[in-house]
Amino acid sequence: MVPTDLRYTTDHEWVRVEGDEATIGITAYAADQLGDIVFVELPDPGRTIERSAAFGVVESVKAVSDLFAPIGGVVIEGNGELAGSPELVNSDPYGGGWMVKLRLSDAGQLDALLDADAYDALIAAG
Amino acid sequence: MPYGPHTADDRERMLAALGLTSVDQLFEDIPVALRASPLDLPDPEPELELAARLTGLAARNRTDLASFLGAGVYRHWSPAAVDQLLLRSEWYTAYTPYQPEISQGTLQSIYEYESLLAELVDLDVVSASHYDGAAATAEAALMTCRATRRERVLISRGVHPQYRETVRTYFEGGLQLDEIPLIADGDAAGTTDLAALERMLAEPGRPVAGVIAAQPDFLGLLEPMPEIGRLAHAAGALFVAVIEPVSLAVLAPPGAYGADIAAGEGQPLGIAPQYGGPYLGILASTDALVRQIPGRLVGMTSDLDGKRAFVMTMRAREQDIRRDKAASNICTNQALLALAASVYLATIGPHGLRDVAALGASRAAELEAALAAVGAKRLHPGPYLNEFVVLVPHARAVHRRLLEAGILAGLVLADAEPDDPTLTDGLLVCATEVTTSAEIVRFAGALSAVLAHADIPAMAR
Repeated sequence: MVPTDLRYTTDHEWVRVEGDEATIGITAYAADQLGDIVFVELPDPGRTIERSAAFGVVESVKAVSDLFAPIGGVVIEGNGELAGSPELVNSDPYGGGWMVKLRLSDAGQLDALLDADAYDALIAAG
Repeated sequence: MPYGPHTADDRERMLAALGLTSVDQLFEDIPVALRASPLDLPDPEPELELAARLTGLAARNRTDLASFLGAGVYRHWSPAAVDQLLLRSEWYTAYTPYQPEISQGTLQSIYEYESLLAELVDLDVVSASHYDGAAATAEAALMTCRATRRERVLISRGVHPQYRETVRTYFEGGLQLDEIPLIADGDAAGTTDLAALERMLAEPGRPVAGVIAAQPDFLGLLEPMPEIGRLAHAAGALFVAVIEPVSLAVLAPPGAYGADIAAGEGQPLGIAPQYGGPYLGILASTDALVRQIPGRLVGMTSDLDGKRAFVMTMRAREQDIRRDKAASNICTNQALLALAASVYLATIGPHGLRDVAALGASRAAELEAALAAVGAKRLHPGPYLNEFVVLVPHARAVHRRLLEAGILAGLVLADAEPDDPTLTDGLLVCATEVTTSAEIVRFAGALSAVLAHADIPAMAR
């Protein structure tokens, strides 16, 4: 069971919303599929990101994947810890492995995201 | 016995299995206008006659010339060990192994190439390798755009004209390339115009990703690389140095003057001037750009038993894994030529390379004095290493007359840089350690004789 307080995308990102601030990461399922994460490229603060646009890159020993924005907003900060410890994405995907914080541009976009039950069903279906 | 891999019968059976009647059906998805027209080849000839004809064509090559031609490709002495080692059949294998770790020898050769070149350019990362200096320069330009997310690059007109043309071709997809002019006269004539560069960097709304300059520049002159780099960095742009590797034995390396990327032609390192190639594109960068550099990166590590092992690393940037998001569409490596460069550098060593560069510079000074004595003076006052421009009236006609006299008098700049009026009467000449004093005397004597004729242009027609 994935954390119930988060919202999810079909691309395996998660979002945690506190006020007008959203924290984004990738799910434990995505991290497992990618294997050992060795590098995460994140956007600079102040950049505006559109919903569904690629905003960063996650690189594992076997693949490089784009990170897609579940919702639009302006970047507040990226997780600087990941520069030295990218393995946090594998070991603590919903905590220390978070990737970027955004100032939400439209909270209504959250309605399009999956809840925990729907995301669980998605990964159960493979 | 058929030389081709498939007999007519093989082809019939493959077509039958596919349910087709003709090979042409496989190409029907390609619009007719884009298909290669039928090759217009002559009929086969008997081997004896063909060999005689080709021998006759080869005999038209002039091997008697005293050559003073450089312009991006340089003659150097290559120790016999270089070519001999290249002949080893062990190297005639996949240049870019896709199951790399079982090819430890190939990986080690690439690792040694990268290590030697990293020392020479004084940068952290060297990739193996690119087609030639022009392709490496174009890849460097693209790196600056990816790294800065900007779309405009400034390239000095002191960069080789063919390199500029190659970068322009790569940029046709929508990136902008602007040329920085050279200073027309005065002490710094022929080098990059720093005031113009500063103005171009400050143009509002047109942020610059990278600034590209060559050391030495195409005209042989030494550029103020630290200043160019400082101006680039102050504007948030990256700085690309186009280098000639032998010169780095005596000139400051790119890493010492703050270049983020170095690109250049590796031909002077043990590779004979051979028409247009194959040559060797050198590309190097700082650690900060390691994920932007295209090409193979090989690292050294330990295997499970603690033994030294080589690995192809950071492959996830590359085309076979990252498809259209790869750092480059380039998926090649001039492995055998990179090996030639490694063997050359390892054979002559750092002191030998310094001797090569210093002797070339000393021969060039001798050449300058000899040509000046017969009336062909340098165009530019600034310092050079082993290549420079001399002014000769009716340069193209004089060049042709000298060829008849057995002298290849460098490059006619009116052909290479037709848009630059200061170069109309210029010949770009060079000397290296293989240039002899006797050849220099021959060149000066022949030039003196040609210049003594008042009717040079008439004879040229």
